[in-house]
Amino acid sequence: MNVTDLTFLALCLPFLGALFAPLLTRMLGHNAAWVLALIPAAIFVHFAGFTAEIAQGTPITGGYTWVPSFNVRFSWLIDGLSLSFILLISGIGALIVLYAGGYLKGHAHQGRFFSFLLMFMGSMLGLVASDSFLMLFVFWELTSITSFLLIGFDHHREAARRAAFQALVVTGGGGLFLLAGLIVLWNISGVTQFSALMSLGPMVKASPLYLAALVLVLGGAFTKSAQFPFHFWLPNAMEAPTPVSAYLHSATMVKAGVYLLMRLNPVLGDTPEWQLILPVFGAATLVIGALLAVRQTDLKLMLAYTTMSSLGLLVMLTGFGVPYAIEAAVLYLVAHSLFKGALFMVAGIIDHETGTRDVTRLGGLRTAMPLTFAIALAAAISMGGLPPFFGFLAKEEVYAALSSSDPRSIVFAVLVITGNALMFAIAFAVALKPFSGKLVATPKHPHEAPVLLWLGPAVLALAGLVAAVLSAAGHALISTPMASAIAGEPRVITISLVPHIGVPLALSGITGVIGIALYLGLARVRAGVASVLAWIGWGPDRGFDQAIRGLVRFSFAVTRRLQNGRLDSYMTMTFTAIAAVLLVPPFVFGELALAPVFPSIPLHELAIMVIAVIGLFAVVLAKDRLTAIVSLGIQGFSVAVIFLLYGAPDLAFTQFMIETLAVVILALVMTRLRLSPSDHRPFRETLPDAAIAIACGLGAGLLLLKVTQVPFDTALSDFFAQYSKTIAHGANIVNVIIVDFRGTDTLGEIAVVMIAGLAILSLVRLRAGSMRRIADNDPDAEEAGR
Amino acid sequence: MKSLIFRTITPVITSVMMLFSIFVLLRGHNEPGGGFIGGLIAVAALSIYGIAFGGETVRRAIVFHPLSIAGAGLLLATLSGLLSMVFHVPFMTGLWVYPVVFGEEIPLSSVMTFDIGVYLVVVGAVTSIALSLEERGED
Repeated sequence: MNVTDLTFLALCLPFLGALFAPLLTRMLGHNAAWVLALIPAAIFVHFAGFTAEIAQGTPITGGYTWVPSFNVRFSWLIDGLSLSFILLISGIGALIVLYAGGYLKGHAHQGRFFSFLLMFMGSMLGLVASDSFLMLFVFWELTSITSFLLIGFDHHREAARRAAFQALVVTGGGGLFLLAGLIVLWNISGVTQFSALMSLGPMVKASPLYLAALVLVLGGAFTKSAQFPFHFWLPNAMEAPTPVSAYLHSATMVKAGVYLLMRLNPVLGDTPEWQLILPVFGAATLVIGALLAVRQTDLKLMLAYTTMSSLGLLVMLTGFGVPYAIEAAVLYLVAHSLFKGALFMVAGIIDHETGTRDVTRLGGLRTAMPLTFAIALAAAISMGGLPPFFGFLAKEEVYAALSSSDPRSIVFAVLVITGNALMFAIAFAVALKPFSGKLVATPKHPHEAPVLLWLGPAVLALAGLVAAVLSAAGHALISTPMASAIAGEPRVITISLVPHIGVPLALSGITGVIGIALYLGLARVRAGVASVLAWIGWGPDRGFDQAIRGLVRFSFAVTRRLQNGRLDSYMTMTFTAIAAVLLVPPFVFGELALAPVFPSIPLHELAIMVIAVIGLFAVVLAKDRLTAIVSLGIQGFSVAVIFLLYGAPDLAFTQFMIETLAVVILALVMTRLRLSPSDHRPFRETLPDAAIAIACGLGAGLLLLKVTQVPFDTALSDFFAQYSKTIAHGANIVNVIIVDFRGTDTLGEIAVVMIAGLAILSLVRLRAGSMRRIADNDPDAEEAGR
Repeated sequence: MKSLIFRTITPVITSVMMLFSIFVLLRGHNEPGGGFIGGLIAVAALSIYGIAFGGETVRRAIVFHPLSIAGAGLLLATLSGLLSMVFHVPFMTGLWVYPVVFGEEIPLSSVMTFDIGVYLVVVGAVTSIALSLEERGED
């Protein structure tokens, strides 16, 4: 197998694994995790093999033709940016699989969970590897769908269902913005691959559609990466089992939006709009997220809101447009993936071993869980940005980007220091508070976690240390290529653990001091934030519920009005609409037919037409319904005879048969409906029906007149007449068209006939009593009943 | 229907119409006719039969459930279209063979089997509708 096939296999592997995960779990129990973790591990190894080549600056591309008629390829682009993401997704993914093995040990649906997790991993890998726009979009929506499955895993709880639904609506809806944005980009540039788009940045920025493309792409990225005001789905997604939270928040899902912004930075970036929108939304998300985090007492929710802050910081840095900003984003993204994954898993361990996640009800666990304590502390030091962990390097680089004296940098530096200090306080509130002080009684007797649980966070916490110590090698292989890919030009990252005296270090010091102060006064800060939020009262989360409820109410009202269950009102509506469509446009656009010139009609044709008209009058004047139906047949047969006289035997033939069967079936329907034999309504009640019927007839007649007055294009009929015999071996052009020239149409049509037969059969068999009435779906009634 | 004359003549009419429907189906490629018209004639034949003897008799006469007949027709038509893929020509391309039987050349084609599929779909689906409407007492 060559590299292209192997890479394709690597991208498919998680989906294959998802197929076998339930079976494997049934055979091996929770130990299946050891086997399943080999899948992401293998992917990690495969892509790690590209590191050296990509560090040289040559991206690896490959792919297959997907939809050739639309010039769509299934193609991937592995450069510094996507490689870093792939390594994080697969590396952390392997650890998460192991962790899930321990966390959900003995759960009835652990196999299903592994399956969802691997599918999600595969979607995420596909997303960051995509070169073609459409492939990116497909995987983007796949991550929304699979995360819906993961968040709603405990589907018997309403909160989990709501959170899953909310995440799907927000991120899936954002995906539609992204699709529109990608189509606009395609429209501007004429290419469908990122690798080709990269060099077309100036062309895109000069286009009048630039702002539209930017706003649409940001609509996708901001919903996925939980930027304010689309952040609310992220903390609600904490309803998912902890392995999911740890994975979604560290390396995947929420980083997809940041990935997209980084990927498109060379194309859309470096404009005033980009450098305004991204930092403003990013900084707002940073500060709001940190404030909301302080208010929480649930370990997972505290971490969830700091994820929101970190995403804000990343978005801000991506769009900041000063030296070191991109580099800082790269370092912070990697550092965040490592420490946030570890901290979430620690929170899960505490929950798993003690039975609670409430930070106010935890304390003194250091003797019972020393290993977990060490892991938590290591991750928190990295999150707080203290040496000797990787988070320190990231924060130094962030402050290096912000440490200039123009007003813009000063404002954002103040915001970032605020956010970072709050995150510092929370990091230690999560990692120090439950372990220090006196032992507090918990629902379960605390003891150290099993190896499957501590292995993942331990590796991640250690990685934070190793990455910092070996920063030179890490920069050369990972950070520098990634920063270069984002910037679209070569960048070099040099920062190391050796402290540099200067403004960044001073800002770090300030952050640390404020952070410690906040940590010590956390209870008071929490009360303060809580009272402010109580005063505001309303948030986007409530707004989401109100919007959904409003939508349901609206659809109920529309349905009740349009589908009232009365056949005659459906008929009236349908035919009024038909009459309007036929009559209004000719009058509005002045397209009325000219008065026709009556040709001299031979007597026998005239007689047929007179019979047709007599048939019509017979229908209208008939005493009972059966006579009316048969009289309708008279009119139909006359029309068939006219077809025959004008040289359309096939059409006439069909018309004869249809008329016959229509009479039979209508008569059967009539007997089935158990109607009275005749219409007893007084004349004035039938008048509106008559008016609608006449309007429809008039409209159809005018339309036909107009059609015959337009010059007839004979190209098609000439083609068919010429080639019917020579190509299709048939003399009957009509039949040859049906079964050969346009055979695919006919195939579709007979499928419709078949489906219509099925539908009518089930309609006939329906019993009125067994149907649910629409009133049962009244949203208001449902709420009142609860 | 209880009319003795009608019930006596119906089997004759029905069988002639069925035969005629197949004739119309097969000649369709060169003369007026084809699967759609042929199918409608067959449905008319079955309807007359049903009016005379009741829906149950029709069901017994056609052996299979009408929708199974329609399904088989749809399958046949689809396979006739797919056959061309085996010969590496685009979907729905007509394929012809001319076997000589008793010194007579008989043109056969995937177009013809496709038309037979159309015939079966029309017969099955419309008969199913007519029969289900007719048998109102039983469901």
